[in-house]
Amino acid sequence: MEIKSMRFKANASASLANVVLQGNLKNAKGKFVTKRAEALKDLDDFEGTRDAAKAIRNKVIDNLDLWLERFERKALDTGAHVMWAKDGAEVCRLVTEIARKHGVKKVTKSKSMLSEEAGLNQALEAAGIQPVETDLGEYILQVDNNEPPSHIIAPAVHKSLDDVADLFHKVHGTPRKTEIPALTREAREVLREHFMTADMGLSGGNFLVAETGSVALVTNEGNGRMVTTMPKVHVVITGIEKVIPTLEDLSTLMRLLPRSATGQSISNYFSILTGVKKPEEHDGPEHLYFVLVDSGRADVVGGDFHEMLRCIRCGACMNHCPVYQTIGGHAYGWVYPGPMGSVLTPLYAGIENSIDLPHAATLCNQCGVVCPVGIPLPELLRKLREKQTDAGLRPLTERIGLRVWAWVAQKPTLYALGARFGARYLKWLAGKSDRISLLPMAPEWTRGREFPAPQGKTFREMYAARKGTAA
Amino acid sequence: MSSRDDILGRVRAGLQRNAGNAAAGREIMQAAMASRSEGPKPAMDTTPAALLERFRLKSELQSSTVEVVAQESDAPAAIARYLAAMKLPTTAVVQPALAALDWAAAGLKVEARGARDADLVGITGCFCAVAETGTLMMCSSPDTPAAVSLLPETHVAVVRAARILPYMEDAWNLARAELGTLPRAVNFISGPSRTGDIEQTIVLGAHGPYRVHLVIVEG
Repeated sequence: MEIKSMRFKANASASLANVVLQGNLKNAKGKFVTKRAEALKDLDDFEGTRDAAKAIRNKVIDNLDLWLERFERKALDTGAHVMWAKDGAEVCRLVTEIARKHGVKKVTKSKSMLSEEAGLNQALEAAGIQPVETDLGEYILQVDNNEPPSHIIAPAVHKSLDDVADLFHKVHGTPRKTEIPALTREAREVLREHFMTADMGLSGGNFLVAETGSVALVTNEGNGRMVTTMPKVHVVITGIEKVIPTLEDLSTLMRLLPRSATGQSISNYFSILTGVKKPEEHDGPEHLYFVLVDSGRADVVGGDFHEMLRCIRCGACMNHCPVYQTIGGHAYGWVYPGPMGSVLTPLYAGIENSIDLPHAATLCNQCGVVCPVGIPLPELLRKLREKQTDAGLRPLTERIGLRVWAWVAQKPTLYALGARFGARYLKWLAGKSDRISLLPMAPEWTRGREFPAPQGKTFREMYAARKGTAA
Repeated sequence: MSSRDDILGRVRAGLQRNAGNAAAGREIMQAAMASRSEGPKPAMDTTPAALLERFRLKSELQSSTVEVVAQESDAPAAIARYLAAMKLPTTAVVQPALAALDWAAAGLKVEARGARDADLVGITGCFCAVAETGTLMMCSSPDTPAAVSLLPETHVAVVRAARILPYMEDAWNLARAELGTLPRAVNFISGPSRTGDIEQTIVLGAHGPYRVHLVIVEG
């Protein structure tokens, strides 16, 4: 997928000015938060479960090479093929080759963020193979000129009922429906036809189980089951960090993933798929392929951002982020939005391509508090800011400004003089008010908020005065 | 260099892999596989009556409907009553594992086979059930094809009360004991298929069944 993260500020401003989007976001805002809080109540020991989940993920990523080899061996034993892709281009090449080998004309897809990373749909189309997105949200976006998703769990969360009603009326050529169940039924009927006729099903993978060589899929709609049951070929595209040790570990993580994502104690369907159909079986794929994808992950192992590899893609961090809640997912400009996206995009798509993202957060730590695997997201965002500074990637004015500040701050007398002048100037600027609505030297800062006016004296002046009184 | 070697090579470099830490890593891996340690689980009364009650309650919260019958031979008549009350067709596809029950006597016309797109009612058993979340565990096999619980608009499952286990962890142990290795597909099912993709409004009946009815057999 094309990276548009360099236009974050412009995109965010456009999102803020988009009245329809603001209405849709406002409508979505509280729902995920309330449902999650409700669902955590029947888990007696959330903290303990989270510690266990964190330990499971650490166990794997701290010895990732060994676990990958183990998973590969077990998967091969079950009759699956295992392939490795360094980047999106290799994902596209491998999947196209598999499709050609089996004479595939149509591919039904369950949601896969990695296929978004790789731009797989465009590659398949270019090869004359029809990709059909079957998750309702993803389907809505695909028929709307391949609009990118704005949320990893609810891809079309930015769209309203009216938007979908207009869209289906236009693309299906059916009478305009205004009820959500009727629209869902319409999509079901269109997609059922595709499920029954596709030659290949493509899914992501929530977890890879090293014990059994299986892929685990967490879904609600049943499309994940369809694409992995009906076609003769099933291809799993998944990141190399998704391995977990045992089925017991899967159960522990499942106590957290649906609760954190959609506020469900368990998802409607939870499928653990191992190997291929036996000749005497009625259903299931005859061929199973795993495409294990790097796309930047291997280089994160063992470095400053190692902990990010624990992520299980629940979306709780974005659901609870005040910035995400206000601007939506598209402004972030790539596949992953919100706090996790602001860490992943610089790591996977290039720190120089996403200068604003580590700053698109107030570091309020809502994301860190809700993360089911305890990733210290604000800490990682701060580290990315540091990296930007070290690499000289920040804007010239900011770099010069900080240099000047550092120079002055090392000279106590000069600093005190500057602070006294600054405090008095700002008080003068505020006049009778205790707020400043326009900072002439930083107009951007006061666009949309006010600057609190100082009282007129600096802390050091007041401290000295108080000390004098006390003595 | 193959992509596999390249990727694993960079992972190893990141971990500063050497003979010593590789041996330590393998020990951690083997210990994890041998111990199969379990995480914290919500407390639960595990007497048979309490398990059945919890399973029923949790299933109903997932929008399934539940009926309890005394023995397995009562299931066909109970299912016929449910289908009639819901004004649903009395023709159904049934998993071959349940073919021996007397469906005709209950007035149902069933075919024991894999499912087709046109099937409107699918009748299945289940490998076991999980009381914690109100969940069915389905294991695929020639006698228990997976699509019977997926393609039809109505899914009716026969659940033996003795197979209602407290936690998913118990289900894995039962599968290891009875099946040895995992079947091609294990599907945990918790109620009818659903979506919240339009305005986070939950709608039942996305791509799978619109309704799930559970007939629990006590004896």
